[in-house]
Amino acid sequence: MELLAFGKTGWGDELFYATLMTIAVSITAMLVGFVFALIFTPLKISKYKTLNLVGNFYTTVIRGVPELLVIYLFFFGGSGAIMYVASIFGYYEYIEINAFITGSMAIGIISGAYSTEVFRGAIQSIDKGQFEAAKVLGINKFGQFYKIILPQMLRLAIPNLSNVWQITLKDTSLISVTGLVEIMRQSYVAAGSTRDPLFFYSFAAVLYLLLTYISMKLINKLEVRYSRGY
Amino acid sequence: MDFDLMITSFPKLLAATVVTLKLLSASLFFGLLLGLFFAILRINKNIFINKFAYGYSYVFRGTPLLVQIFIIYFGLGQIEYLRTTFLWVILKEPYWCAIIAFTLNTGAYTSEILRSAFQTIKPGIIEAGKSLGISNKIIFYKIQIPIAIRQSLPAYGNEIILMMKGTSLASTVTLMDLTGVAKYIISTTFKPIEVFIVAGGIYLFMTFIIHNLIKFLEKKYSFQ
Repeated sequence: MELLAFGKTGWGDELFYATLMTIAVSITAMLVGFVFALIFTPLKISKYKTLNLVGNFYTTVIRGVPELLVIYLFFFGGSGAIMYVASIFGYYEYIEINAFITGSMAIGIISGAYSTEVFRGAIQSIDKGQFEAAKVLGINKFGQFYKIILPQMLRLAIPNLSNVWQITLKDTSLISVTGLVEIMRQSYVAAGSTRDPLFFYSFAAVLYLLLTYISMKLINKLEVRYSRGY
Repeated sequence: MDFDLMITSFPKLLAATVVTLKLLSASLFFGLLLGLFFAILRINKNIFINKFAYGYSYVFRGTPLLVQIFIIYFGLGQIEYLRTTFLWVILKEPYWCAIIAFTLNTGAYTSEILRSAFQTIKPGIIEAGKSLGISNKIIFYKIQIPIAIRQSLPAYGNEIILMMKGTSLASTVTLMDLTGVAKYIISTTFKPIEVFIVAGGIYLFMTFIIHNLIKFLEKKYSFQ
């Protein structure tokens, strides 16, 4: 137990901050994923074949390629890509991207592919009459989507989004390969310096279990809230 | 774009794909047996057996696969007693550690898939079997299991693809699978995009094959 003490003697405070980091990366990645989903869901349900193709390409590639490979692409290719863009604007200095940003972008793109599928499914299961009624009432396209479709869609999407959240939360453990100090990385460091990997990795497993358990409970509450009136 | 690198790295990556496929097939085979075992425990009426099986699937589905591999590969070696038993022959090899971790992980997901399949079997089918005088054992093996397997095909197809992606984590315990070799080439050439396209292409091709295979099986064993 003294291994987990707070302060200089134990790893308690380090692991606590690492847990906060995991939560921060997961939330950022989930939000980045929503942005991607908001871009690619309309493409996937669009009438135009070319736009469909772009949307399908994104979800198929990301869901068919291992997360670790995507992370390596971002880790090794991220600063190169940014520097290339910067060089177009005449900036030639070395740019290093923060591990937090690389990590949450990589996980965000992965999580976005899953969210896109969830939103597509939710939109397609909304009754066609809702779209037609909104049109007949003369509501503009913007209002149709945000006031009529989105609230109904969210209710249908929440159970599946909770799965996406679980996947995202667990995927953040993979960013430890880039050196960002989250639960997995901190356990790796602690295991290395105390020579007690069994304890620290098991403790990391417990932390992840706690995170998934607590988030499940919170999402269940959200689900009840959005299902009012049904 | 460095096309030469793409061409020269292709055979290396293809050779590494064999490792990925070996890991995948071994863990799917053992995982299916384990999953079936735990699914049967889950539909058992004894509350302790039931809770035990639920606990297993909850823990392995609630923690990242990376943690599971690290516990087995780095953690178990720490127990002095294990080092003296014959188990150590297996546990000191990263290859077997990876397979054990993948098996336990996919076993947990498979048990959930099969359990829900068992529970969606209409009671009428079992009653029909009983009224025909078929013994409970035969009903289970000849009626419930085949129907459950057909029911769970779509979900199990997804699980196979998830597991295929999961095998990439073997590279974190020094195994040179497809992702491991891809990372090695990237870190020596600093050309991530080219290698990503080739390695990702191979993964996508495997996904495509698995997806179509499952679709074919679904059609073949559909009730209509």
